[in-house]
Amino acid sequence: MHRETSPPILTVKDLTVAFGPMERPARAVAGLNLTLQPGEILGIAGESGSGKSTLCNAIIRTLPRSARVGGEVRYDGRQLLALSEREMRGLRGSEISMVLQNPMTSLDPLFTIGNQVDEVLRERRRQGQSNDQVTAIGLLRRVHLTAPELRLRQYPHQLSGGMRQRVLTAMATAATPRLLIADEPTTALDASIQDEILLLFREIRDRAGTAIIIVTHDLSAIRRLSDRIIVMYAGRLVEEGPTATVFSAPRHPYTRALLDSLPQVEGDTVTLKAIPGQVPNLAELPHGCAFADRCPVAIARCRTEDPTEMQLGLRHRAFCWLADTAS
Amino acid sequence: MTEAPVIEARSLGKTFILPRGGLFEARRSVIAVEDVSFSVSRGTTFGIVGESGSGKSTVAKMLLKLERPTSGTLWAEGQDIFAQTAAQERAYRRMVQTVFQDPYGALSPRMRAGRIIAEPMRAQGTDRATAKAKVAQLLEIVGMQPEAASRYPHEFSGGQRQRIAIARALSVDPRLLVLDEPVSALDVSVRAQVLSLLQEMQARLGLTYIFIGHDLAVVRYLSESVGVMYFGRLVEIGTARQVLRRPAHPYTQRLVALAAAKAPLGAARLQGELPNPLNPPSGCLFRTRCSYADALCAAKRPELREASPDQRVACHHHEAIAAGNKAETGPLLQPA
Amino acid sequence: MTRVAALNASSWWSLRLRWRRRTGRPRLPVLSMALCILLIFAAVAGGAIAPFAPDEPDFTAILAPPFWMEGGSTMHLLGTDQLGRDMLSRLIGGARVSLLTAGAAVLVAGTIGVALGLIAGYLGGLVEAAIMRVVDAFLALPFILMALAFVSALGTGIGNIILVMILTNWARYARLVRSEVVSIKKRDFVLLARVAGVRPMAIALRHVLPNAMTSILVLAVLDIGRAIILESSLSFLGLGIQPPDVSWGLALAEGRTYMSVAWWLTVWPGVAIVLGVMSFNLVGDWLRASFDPRGVL
Repeated sequence: MHRETSPPILTVKDLTVAFGPMERPARAVAGLNLTLQPGEILGIAGESGSGKSTLCNAIIRTLPRSARVGGEVRYDGRQLLALSEREMRGLRGSEISMVLQNPMTSLDPLFTIGNQVDEVLRERRRQGQSNDQVTAIGLLRRVHLTAPELRLRQYPHQLSGGMRQRVLTAMATAATPRLLIADEPTTALDASIQDEILLLFREIRDRAGTAIIIVTHDLSAIRRLSDRIIVMYAGRLVEEGPTATVFSAPRHPYTRALLDSLPQVEGDTVTLKAIPGQVPNLAELPHGCAFADRCPVAIARCRTEDPTEMQLGLRHRAFCWLADTAS
Repeated sequence: MTEAPVIEARSLGKTFILPRGGLFEARRSVIAVEDVSFSVSRGTTFGIVGESGSGKSTVAKMLLKLERPTSGTLWAEGQDIFAQTAAQERAYRRMVQTVFQDPYGALSPRMRAGRIIAEPMRAQGTDRATAKAKVAQLLEIVGMQPEAASRYPHEFSGGQRQRIAIARALSVDPRLLVLDEPVSALDVSVRAQVLSLLQEMQARLGLTYIFIGHDLAVVRYLSESVGVMYFGRLVEIGTARQVLRRPAHPYTQRLVALAAAKAPLGAARLQGELPNPLNPPSGCLFRTRCSYADALCAAKRPELREASPDQRVACHHHEAIAAGNKAETGPLLQPA
Repeated sequence: MTRVAALNASSWWSLRLRWRRRTGRPRLPVLSMALCILLIFAAVAGGAIAPFAPDEPDFTAILAPPFWMEGGSTMHLLGTDQLGRDMLSRLIGGARVSLLTAGAAVLVAGTIGVALGLIAGYLGGLVEAAIMRVVDAFLALPFILMALAFVSALGTGIGNIILVMILTNWARYARLVRSEVVSIKKRDFVLLARVAGVRPMAIALRHVLPNAMTSILVLAVLDIGRAIILESSLSFLGLGIQPPDVSWGLALAEGRTYMSVAWWLTVWPGVAIVLGVMSFNLVGDWLRASFDPRGVL
C-alpha cells in the first residue's frame, strides 16, 4: 500500500464550475473534493449532465471561456488554476494527457497516421521529454497495433474505430504522462475492443505508474478497470469509495438505482429497474439533495437540507442523510 | 402454430458493388450479408447480435425495404416484400415501423415533434385532425406531456427524443417494429426506462420485434430467440435462453464471456480485428480469431447445423468444443 | 461525403478553418453588412435619392473635380465626367444596373441549379449521371468566350448579359445541391420518412431542401459579388451594358481616356466595384463560417 502514503498527484478542493447568468447560475460542478494517488486508476461514473466531463475539462483547463471556476486544483503541489496559459500548455500533453471519446473525429483526416504520430514525437523531443529512441513504430507497437509499418502510411478513415483509439492512446502517452484523463474512451467501440483498450490503460499504469482518471457512463468498464470510483449526480459527488466496496454495497440511493438499472441476469429471467423521472435542470435545483425527487427512500429532511459528507469506512464516503441506515 | 410467421428471411444476401478505385481497376464487391435465414412469430422478439461490420444493420435496412437483397427473399405474413404491388407496399409501410440508434439524427431538426410523430399517419392519408388527436394520445403512451408536440427536437434530451421516435413508430399501429440499437446511445438509467417502455408496448399491443443490438444483456432482456451474426453470416441461432446461456459457437462463447458482469478485465479476450471485407478468409470466417481453428476450418465453410433442439450453429467442431476435447490450434491467420 | 469533401479541401482552407475554430464563431462584419444594405437601398430607391439623373449633362461643369478640390462644388460631390454628368448619380444608377443584373442572374441560375441538383441527387442512377455530365460541361465553359459568342450572335443588352451569366452559373448550384442531397438523404430522418411511406417528392421538398437551404443561401450571396465582377468586366470590354445606360464597369471604361486629367472618372467606379464585391464576399464568408463549419462549399 505504498500508494496511500505517498503525496497525492492530484488534489481537487471545493471545485465549482458555473455557467449562465450570475443570478441564476447552473453549477455543472458544485463543491467537489477528490484526491488521486500516483499510479491509481479512478473511475468517474455519472449520466450525461452529471458534470463528469466538465470536471475533467476543469482539471486540464479546457473549459469554454464563459465558465466560472472556483476552488483549487493542485497537481504535484502546483495550483493549476493559477498557472498561465503558457505554463499550462507545457504541462498538457507531456505530464498531463487526455484521450477523448470520439476516435472518429480526434484525428485529422488530411494527414496519415505517421504524420500525426511524428508531429507529437517532434513536439515531445523539442521539449526534451523524449529521446530519439522512441519512434512512431515503437509507439504503435506499444499499444499493440497490428502491422504498425502499414498503419503509419494509412489515413484515419482506413482504420477501424478500435485501431484509431489505440493510435490516440499511443499519442497521448508518447511522453509517459503522470496523469492521463480518459473521457468516455470506449463508448464508441464494440465490446470486444472496449476490453482491449481498457487493458491498454492498465498496462500503461503498470508500466509507467501513470495515474488515470476514466470518465464513463459504462459502469462495467469502471468496475473492471478502476481502483476507486466516484459517482456524480447533477454536478455533485454523491458517493466515493473503493470500486469493489461501492459495487457490492452501494450506500447512496442513486448509486443503488444506477446499478439496478443495468439488466440483471438470473437464470432465465432478466430484470431491470428504471429510475423514474429525469435528471434535474442544473439552473433550477431545489433545496436539499438533488436526487430527492427521484429517490425511493427520501425523507422530509432531504428536501430542505443539503446532505453532508458521511464517512462510511476506509476512504468510503457518501452524501446522503440515510447513508448509515441504508439497506 | 399454423399461422404464417410475421417475418421470414430465406437465404437473404446483400452484396455491395464498390465504385471503381481507379480507371483501370476492376469493380470490387463486398459481401455484407450472406445466406441469412430466420423466422419470427407473432408477438415475440427476435434479437440479432453482432459487432459493427457484422451486417446486422444491413438486415434491418432490407426488412425496411431501404435496401434490396441481392439474393434470397423476405416474407412478411406470407408475402414476398420485394414483389409487392404499390397497394401492398403501402400496406407494408403501415405494418412495419422502426426505431434507430441515434436519437439526434432520427428527428428532422426543422420540424416540431407533433409533425414528426404525425408524418407516417399523414403519409398514409390520415386527416389532420385525427392525426393531431392521435399525437396527443401517443405522447401520453410514451410518457410525455401533450405540450411536447409543439417543441423542436433540439429542446429534448436523448431519452425524450427516443420516446418521440417510438411514438412516431407506433402512430400507424404497426404489427412489426425493427429496433436497430434503440438504446445504445442512451444513458444507463434512460436505457432502462426505454427498454421497459418497449416491453410494456409489446405486451399491450401484441407487437412483434426485431431487436438489433450488441449488448447481450439488453438483447436477452427483450428477446425470445436470438441470431448471432459475424461478418455477414449467422453463426448461431436459437432460443435466447439456450444461445446466450450455453453458446455453442466459439464466437458466441467469447461474446458471452466478455459480457459476463462479474468477469475480471482480460479474463475473456477476443483478439484481432475483423477480416478485410475485400479479402475475406477462406473456409470459416471466424478462423482468423478463433483459438480452435484448424486445417478443416480453412478448407471448408461450416454450415448451420443442429447443436441442441433449440439451437443451430455453424462450427465444424462444436461437439468437440462442448465436450472439452478440442485442441486449441488457432487462430489461423490469413496469408498476408 | 463529408470525408471526401474534407480531403478535397485545400490545406489553405483547412488552415483557415482551424484558425476560425480557435477564435470561435466569426464576428459579424457589421461594416460590410451595412454597405450591402446601402447598395441594395441605392439600387431600389435609385432615382429618388440621386441628386441628378445619371445621364443628365451639366454643361457648366464639365470634368468638375470632387467638392474638396479646387474648382469642385458641393453640387457635384464626387465631380462630373466629360459630359458634365454627376458622378455620384452615375454610381447610384450603376448600382441599380449592376445589382439588378447580378440579382436576376443569381436568382434564375440558382432556381434552375437547385431544381436539377435536387433531382440528380435524389433520384441518382442514370438521371444523375446525365445531369452531372451536363453540369461538368457547363462548368468547363469559359465565361468570356461564351459572352463574346452570345453578344455577337444576339447583340448586347442587359437581358443577354443576364442570360450569359445564368448559363455559366447554374451548374455550380446544381453541383452543390447534388452533393448536399446525397449526404442528407442518407441521414436517419430521411430513411425514416421513407419507412413511413412518404412520397419521394414530398421527402425532397420537406426534408432534404430545407436542410440544404443554408448552403444554397451562402453560395447565392457569394455569387452576387462574383456576378458584379462579371457584369463589370463585360461592360468594361464593351460587351455588356451600352450607353446611355450606366454601370460601374462601363463608367470605368469610359473614364479611362481621361485618367491623366480626371482621376475621379475611374477611381469612383473602381472603388464602388471593389467595395461592393468585397462586402458581399465578406457577408457570404461570414454566413459560410456560421452555418458551414465543415467548409464543404
